[in-house]
Parts: sequence; structure tokens; C-alpha cells
Amino acid sequence: MRLHLSPEDRAFRDEMRTFFTTAVPQPIREAVLAHRELTKEQFVEAQQTLNAAGLAVPHWPVEWGGKDWTPLQRHMWREEMQLAGVPEPLAFNASMIGPVIATFGSQEQKERFLPATANLDIWWCQGFSEPDAGSDLASLRTTAVRDGDDWVVNGQKTWTTLGQHADWIFCLVRTDPTAEKRQRGISLLLFPMDTPGVTLRPIELLDGGFEVNEVFFEDVRVPSENLVGEENRGWDYAKFLLGNERVGIARIGSTKRMIADAKEHARGITVNGAPLAEDPYLKARIAELENELLALELTALRVVANSAGGRPHPASSVLKLRGSELQQAATELLVDVAGPLSVASFAGADSDVPEWAQVATPSYLNYRKVSIYGGSNEVQRTIIAGSILGL
Amino acid sequence: MEFSYDDEQNGLREAVSGLLARAYADSEQRRKVVATDPGFDEKTWSRLAEMGVLGLPFAESDGGMGAGPVEVSIVAEEIGRVLAPEPFIEAVVLAGGLVADLGTDAQRSAVLGALAEGSLVPAFAHAEVGSRWEPAARTVTATEDGGTWRLSGVKEPVPNGARADVLVVSARAEDGATRLFLVQGDAEDLTRTGHRNHDGTRSAKVALAGTPAEPLGEQGGDQTAAIEKAQARARVAYGHEALGAMETALTTTAEYLKTRKQFGVPLSKFQALTFRAADMYVSLELARSTVMWATLVVDSDGDVVGAADRARLQTSRASRHIGKEAIQLHGGIGVTAEYKVGHYTSRLTAIDHLLGDGDWALARLAASVDEHETVNPLR
Repeated sequence: MRLHLSPEDRAFRDEMRTFFTTAVPQPIREAVLAHRELTKEQFVEAQQTLNAAGLAVPHWPVEWGGKDWTPLQRHMWREEMQLAGVPEPLAFNASMIGPVIATFGSQEQKERFLPATANLDIWWCQGFSEPDAGSDLASLRTTAVRDGDDWVVNGQKTWTTLGQHADWIFCLVRTDPTAEKRQRGISLLLFPMDTPGVTLRPIELLDGGFEVNEVFFEDVRVPSENLVGEENRGWDYAKFLLGNERVGIARIGSTKRMIADAKEHARGITVNGAPLAEDPYLKARIAELENELLALELTALRVVANSAGGRPHPASSVLKLRGSELQQAATELLVDVAGPLSVASFAGADSDVPEWAQVATPSYLNYRKVSIYGGSNEVQRTIIAGSILGL
Repeated sequence: MEFSYDDEQNGLREAVSGLLARAYADSEQRRKVVATDPGFDEKTWSRLAEMGVLGLPFAESDGGMGAGPVEVSIVAEEIGRVLAPEPFIEAVVLAGGLVADLGTDAQRSAVLGALAEGSLVPAFAHAEVGSRWEPAARTVTATEDGGTWRLSGVKEPVPNGARADVLVVSARAEDGATRLFLVQGDAEDLTRTGHRNHDGTRSAKVALAGTPAEPLGEQGGDQTAAIEKAQARARVAYGHEALGAMETALTTTAEYLKTRKQFGVPLSKFQALTFRAADMYVSLELARSTVMWATLVVDSDGDVVGAADRARLQTSRASRHIGKEAIQLHGGIGVTAEYKVGHYTSRLTAIDHLLGDGDWALARLAASVDEHETVNPLR
């Protein structure tokens, strides 16, 4: 039991902080902190800056650009990145398909995809959810049928985040509809988004943004060498991938930043002649939120310290569940600090309503997603009740 | 930052847990013990002394073991796990802690050595009716007359105050300073009236009527800050007792959901119930992280008072949540005295109101919320 960081870890954290706040262009970090939509070019520039410094994919195998870091160092890397407003390396590349290819892919696939994936030369999107397969992912119906050397894909995916920027998709498809267990008949295919037969339809979200898409497949031909691992083992790879998705999903640094911003904004608003920041009820609300976030951060530190060997600590479900709730609570706090200004969502640059207040409600509405994606909070409760409490 | 226990600490946990499991293997044994005064088992107390537990945090030169807050936290958790009624935190962490911090050489060797041996039980007499959770004394006064100090007023409720062999009493001196005094249990003009509390522990009304008292430590100076710090350490230790109790409340509830049948199926078939149990687990783990961290802050002598407030807020919220849900998920049996789970809720409720509850801690944290940009545990 030890409270303080070792001198090495403290030096590591300082190094991360310095890099993130100086090497990543200021306009990109400002856009993240202001909750503005980033352009594709901004995502790419940020990730390539990290990758050039060897900081884009530290959790990958060392031979493919990973770092031999401790779990605590990885935690600090992620938290410092979020605190500095650095866009995280694209999750679909860095956390999802990259580790899957590195673990289950052929040598040819590794050489072909991993360097380009780390550098965001290829932008990946995720073809998992379908209109009738959300939390119950194993009920997916998109099919791939073998025809000569190709797979022929037909069906539909949805909630494909940032698919509009994507070069390639990693896609779960049903390759054996007769399998006794439906999880056993699923495979993982990789193909370019400009393959004939792929069409993409953007879905507008409550915040007015176009973050997610539907993707349709009509007789899409995929060469057989683009199958990852073994045929009909795709479910195992998907579970591996989703396990990685939960790591870092607590987004503590990001929530910390939002609470700090809310405090700052509250100093500039006057209520009955006194700063809103001095309102005792608001102070108590913020203090409680800070304390809950501290509890979550300390839990994350306990979990990372005990996740050695690649198996997530059972309490990692707590991180997703509580992390999403606290992100949502922070966005809600910002809306409430904005108060009447929060209605002026799209007032624009000519308005006296500051940008943070304009984006507060759209962000709050957008952040309803965080308790839904990555295994909804109800799925997390099912995991806790089942695998931890044995219920 | 490192959250794992070393071999010696794991050994301590096993030893204490073994001793307490023998004493309180089933909840009937505890019910029997708390039914009669002094509300705990003197034999178990002696065994804890033999094991070295009652001298854990004190310097070896004072007759203690020279261990730290982590070892104390391990004992507190095991006490909470079986609801052992022995006043470890009250006597060792709080009253003993004050003597260790402030006592003269003679006082330390007299009180701490005997406490460690199990032959003397001290209690901290601080609370007064009409004020709450302050480090200062208000109504009990201390006056000096010809070199003799005398205390007057009422301390109530004083945990374990009737059984205690010596009381550490806070009082307001004529200069307005809060000072601490040792009052012997057999002192003249001292009236103690003990009673049973809802959680089976004992408290007392301690009436002082010009009772002779010995100043704790060298004379002079206000000791409010020392009281604040000792109480903060006790809050953290109580946090660990609560963790042990919450864990048992949760595992007992989960077990019940698996075995109790209604509508022809085990209760664990009802998602409305299992999701609530999952939320109890979330509360428990978040509280555990915060309390463990607070113990490390005590260990490194950091901002002990601030860390204790944070631990208290988290523990208060968690213990209310888990305590109430444990009863509700059991149903009627949870409200009965024969069944154990309700006693956990009762004890958690008592812990929550000893030394300050969650809202009290929140008010203190809220007052300083503008003094930092973010809260960062990694230093």
C-alpha cells in the first residue's frame, strides 16, 4: 500500500503532460475542450503527432509500435491526454481492430494494416450493431456467403460512428446460419468502404451533428484473405475487442475538465448580485460530483493495478457504469450553469451567448449515448450481477 | 500508487478474522454478547490484546506494536465484517490516539501500555447535547484552582463511556480554548449512566460536577486541531469498519436472492432485484477505493482531515444505500432482530452518525470547492 507516485512515474506523468500540452496543436485541443466537432484532418493530425512520438498505440505489442508500459503508466497517458484536450487516438483503430489484428491476424494482415492503422492512414469504422442487434449483438443478420475466392456480403449495419470518414470497415457477418449456437456462426471481415455495393446514410443526432451512420451492403465482394483469424470464430474476436473498448471508457480526465470548466463559468455569472459560483447549493453539487469522480478515479487505479495478464479486473464494469453516469452528470452541470443561455444552442459567433453555453445542451443530449454504447449500463449491471455476485 | 497488502498485512487480516470468526461465527453469539453490559466480550478483548491488536498503532516505547494506519484499517474491516462489538476504534484509534499524540511520557506509558495489554479501556468523552460534530468543547468547562483542574458539565452520548476505566474529556477552559483531560473512572464527583444503543453498542451520560482531572499533555494551548485530526483518523478507520459491514450485507443479500424462492423461482431470477444488488456492489467498490486512499493519506501524514471528509461522504452515501437495500431485498425478515442483515444496517447507521455524516462532510467540502481546479489523488 503506497500513496505517492514513484519518482519514475511522476517523471513519466510530467513528460506526458508536457508533450500533450505543447506538441499537439493548440487549435485542435481548444476544439476538443470547447466540445466542437473535429474535422477529419484534425483527428488525423493529432494522431499522427502522437504516433510520430510513439504515443498513439502504447498498448499494442512492442514490435508493432507498442510500449512496455505498466498499467498505471497507460492510465496516466490516457488521463493526461484527456485533461489536455488532446483527441484520443481513434478508438476503432487503436483500441479495437488494431489489437485484434495484432492478436489474431495473419502476418500478412499485420504488415499490411498495423502501421497504417496506428498512423491513421487507414480510418476504420465498426460494423457491429444492426437495427435488430443492439445489446443482443449475437442476433446479427448480415450475411457473408462464400463464392469462389470471395465472400459476398449482404445486410445492414447501424450506429457506425464517424463512418463518413472511414476508409475501411471491420464487420461482423454471419457465415454459418446453421450453427447450433448463434455465436458460433459469426466471422470478422475487413473491407474498404468504397467497395462496390457499400452505401452509407448519415443519421442526424439530437445535437444536430452527424456522428453516426447506417451502412448498407448489397452483394459486396470481399476477398477471402480479408477474413480475420478463423471462419466462424468472429464472436471471440468481438468479445476481445469489446473488452478493450471498456478500458479507458471511464473518461475521468475528460469529466474532470468539464467540472473545472463549470466552476470557471459559474464565476462569470451573477445571481442576485453575487457570483453563481458562491451559491451554496451549486457548491455542494459540485463538491459531491468531484468526490464521486475521485472515487471513480481511485477505483480505476485499483483496477489498472490488478489487470495484469490482460484479463480485466471484475470491477471494470463499475468503470463503464459509473464513468458514463459522471460524464453525463458533468454535461448536465454545464447546462444548469448556463441556465437561460443553454437554450441558445445554435446562436452562432455573432451572439453574446458564449460558445460553451451554446454547446452545453447539445453536448448534454449527445452524451446520453455514453451509457448506451460500449455495452449499455444495463448490460454492465447484468455482468456485475452475474459474474461478480453470482446471481 | 499501490493498493495491495503485503504478506505481513495479509497475515494480520487472517489472524484477526480467525479470532473474530470464532467469537462471532453466527449472529446469535453477537446478540448474546450485546444483550448484557458492557456490550462486548471481555474475553475477546483480552484475546485481541494478546494478539497485539490493541497496541497496533502505538510506538513500541509506549508498549505498542509500532504499526500504522493500514494495519489499523485491516482490523477495522474485520470487525465490521462480523459486527464485532469490541470498541477497537473508540478505545484504540480515538481515545488511545489522542493520548499517543498529546500525552506526556508518563501518561503515554500509563494509558497506552495498559490499553495494549487489555487491562485498561479508555473512551473519548467529547459530544455534548446541543452541538454536533465539532472539534471544540462548548458546555463542559475546565477551571483550575490551586493547581487542581476540575471539570463541570455533561458529556453525552459518550461511546463506551460507562465501561471505560479512564476518560479523555474535552472541556472549555476559561480562556476559551478547548483542552483535553484525563478523568479516572473512579474519580469523585463523576456520575456515569450507561445505556444500550440501537446497534447493540453502549453509550453513557457522563456528568461532571467539579470532577478532578489531569490535563492531557503539557499544559497550555488549544487542542482543537489535535481533536480534529484524531477524529479524522477515526473517521477513516470507521470507513473501514463500514466497508467490512457493507461487504457482509451485500454477500448476505446476494446469497438470499439465490436461495429464497417466490412465485416458484429463486429471487435471483428477477432482474428488478439483481440490478439493485449490482448497484450495491458499485457503491461498495467506490467507497472501498476512497477509504483505502484516505488510509494511505493518513499513512503519509498528508491532508488527513480533507481525506477523511472525502472518505466519510462516500462511505455515508454507500452505507445508507447498501444498508437500506439489504433490508428491502430480504423483505420482512430483514427487519427482524433474529436475522443478521438488519443489524448491519443498524450499525452502519450508527457509524454514519458518529463523528459527522455525509451531508456534514459535504458541507465542509463544498466550502472549499473553489480553492482547487480539479481533485487529483495522484501525487
